Amino acid sequence: MAELQFREAIRAAIDEEMQQDSTIFVMGEEVAEYDGAYKVTEGLLDKYGPKRMIDTPISELGFAGMGVGAAMNGLRPIVEFMTFNFAVLAADQILNHASKIRYMTGGQVKIPIVFRGPNASAGQLSATHSVSYDSMYAHFPGLKVIYTSEPEDAKGLLKSAIRDDNPVLFMESEQMYGLKGEVSDEEDFTIPIGKAKVKREGSDVTVVAHGKMYHVAKQAASQLEKEDVDIEILDPRTVKPLDIEAIVKSVKKTNRCVIVDEAHPFGGLAAEVGYLIQREAFDYLDAPVQRVTLPDTSAPFAKNLFDEWLPGANDVIEAVNTVTYRK
Amino acid sequence: MADKKKEEQEEVQFTPSGTGIRTNGQVVRSTELPSPTRKKHKSLGLSEEDVVDMFELMYLQRRFEERAMQMYQKGKFGGFLHLYMGQEAISTGTAYALNDDDDIITAYRDHGWGLVRGVSPKAGMAELYGKVTGCSQGKGGSMHFANVKDHFWGGHGIVGGSIPLGGGIALANKYKQNGRVTASFLGDGAVDQGVLHETMNMSQNWNLPCIFAVENNGYAMGTAVHRHSVGELVDRAKGFDMKSAVINGMDVFTVYEKMKEVAEDVREHSNPWFLEIRTYRYRGHSMSDPMKYRTKDELREYEELDPIERIKGYLLDNDIIDEDKVEDIQDSVEDTVMEAIDFAEESDFPDKSHLYKDVFVEDDYPFHT
Ligand SMILES: Cc1ncc(C[n+]2csc(CCOP(=O)(O)OP(=O)(O)O)c2C)c(N)n1
Ligand SMILES: [Mg+2]
Repeated sequence: MAELQFREAIRAAIDEEMQQDSTIFVMGEEVAEYDGAYKVTEGLLDKYGPKRMIDTPISELGFAGMGVGAAMNGLRPIVEFMTFNFAVLAADQILNHASKIRYMTGGQVKIPIVFRGPNASAGQLSATHSVSYDSMYAHFPGLKVIYTSEPEDAKGLLKSAIRDDNPVLFMESEQMYGLKGEVSDEEDFTIPIGKAKVKREGSDVTVVAHGKMYHVAKQAASQLEKEDVDIEILDPRTVKPLDIEAIVKSVKKTNRCVIVDEAHPFGGLAAEVGYLIQREAFDYLDAPVQRVTLPDTSAPFAKNLFDEWLPGANDVIEAVNTVTYRK
Repeated sequence: MADKKKEEQEEVQFTPSGTGIRTNGQVVRSTELPSPTRKKHKSLGLSEEDVVDMFELMYLQRRFEERAMQMYQKGKFGGFLHLYMGQEAISTGTAYALNDDDDIITAYRDHGWGLVRGVSPKAGMAELYGKVTGCSQGKGGSMHFANVKDHFWGGHGIVGGSIPLGGGIALANKYKQNGRVTASFLGDGAVDQGVLHETMNMSQNWNLPCIFAVENNGYAMGTAVHRHSVGELVDRAKGFDMKSAVINGMDVFTVYEKMKEVAEDVREHSNPWFLEIRTYRYRGHSMSDPMKYRTKDELREYEELDPIERIKGYLLDNDIIDEDKVEDIQDSVEDTVMEAIDFAEESDFPDKSHLYKDVFVEDDYPFHT
């Protein structure tokens, strides 16, 4: 085991894959000479040169689409967005093209591309820089969506994403890049796409949480432990395909479920998981499924409002109290 | 044969290398400044008082940001802080050249623009602090100064996002036939967004009364202009048969002169213009930028052309005011800025209910839970 920062784990995944496959290249804003806006790609220009580490202009629609074209024509691009908030400008290429061309051409092409970068909010950056997009992309057939919470998951899943022959959206967080964690140093360590992980075993309530919200759930768990409430935390890691089997298995054990998601409430991951649980495990539920999400309003700048807006451990505790009828 | 192929492949390079860091210290200059105007204030139609006011307004923008930077470094407020320092001649020259009811819109490097368009230093500083007394009620922060009643339609945080908004504001002005001119400002980096080209095409075809003005400050974040854009930015206009010019943005008289001429032409003929205004950003892109992409010499060179020192020199050389008066002005600006800080610190944060305020026009919208 090696202790790596989140950014180092991502870099290691890219580096290892680039080393063994010369069709892989990275492009995005400030990825090469600046060493990455968040230093994720630091040193890779020195190692792989300007052919494989390409700085792009601020032309999200253009370079995302050129990535798709290059993938159609035999390369394996890793396209970095400075954040997925800016990928909105590239949405046409991701949603109308990357996800659909193989289908529409009757399987004549494959599109092995990874779109990666930070997702959701990162402090007081106001409304346009704070949206969580994983559920939105998961809505569309033809895209795989990953949003990890810890360095080891990031490394293992990013390697799988790069090897995957389909378009994969791989999401990170500016606020987690410095986070350290044990990462397997097993040679060629990968984690399969579509597998959830129970990260804390517990018997009272299943808490489903991914990305940054996993850490919020973890905080809640340690406080709840003091009150003798033992929650199980399940991190889906992959949003699409969703490992609903693992979630149902856990809910059948605990009979209660809270979903924590840093997206707005309408039609998000929390809504989807809630629906699936009632379909697959209705008879096992001892309480209605609860969710903790962002409110149905955009991110405010003011610190006090922002703190109110972002889900925190207390919101999780409250939801756990609701499903356990402790209040 | 196979080896030769490999060798050739290694020579492939897409994006050109940059300023010094990967070119053995060689600096490839991004922008050359065109010559400033030779005209004096009188022949530009400016009174002595105007020139003094211009100096004061530019100095206000500078001190406001220098103090804001200190407060940011002390942890008084969070978020991004993109400083306009070095570019103040552009906001100031433009504000003087346009009518007060002409419309201005820009990107996120917007503090100077707010201050020249009716955002008081207090309301500006309070916005940085995220206080309810801020110009955007603490909801937008540094990137979203706005004062719509004085025709300043705001800073906008998505690169390129404000460009078509400017076009649309101009469309509405033409629709209403109110004679107003719109100035839509963008950074050199935003030139690479497709939306600029879509908007320019429509604006020319529809004869919109809009000035698209690039503040070319040499860099988009850490990327020098010649690394992100081919050719001269001003030449983008050619493909649309749009009137265009490239001007010196380090001299407030030059900006004033050209903006006035262009605005008059736009008002008279209802046609768009494309301006490239060359300038320089003194600080990092935001507050966490190590600035390895440029040399200290390059920065120093531009600091020596400082637009504020330049107009101050003009005032003194032409005996419009003396050193004492300059000091009085600077002291009073300093007081104004310090009062703005006190005001921001003492102001309240927005009430919790503001979380849902202004999402919609109606105040009884049934929010989803
Ligand atoms: C669509 C989009 N992509 C990327 C960013 C991140 N970003 C913010 S400012 C900036 C550089 C813009 O440079 P320029 O247009 O030259 O303006 P300047 O900062 O020099 O004023 C970048 C890449 C963004 N805000 N929006
Ligand atoms: Mg710039």
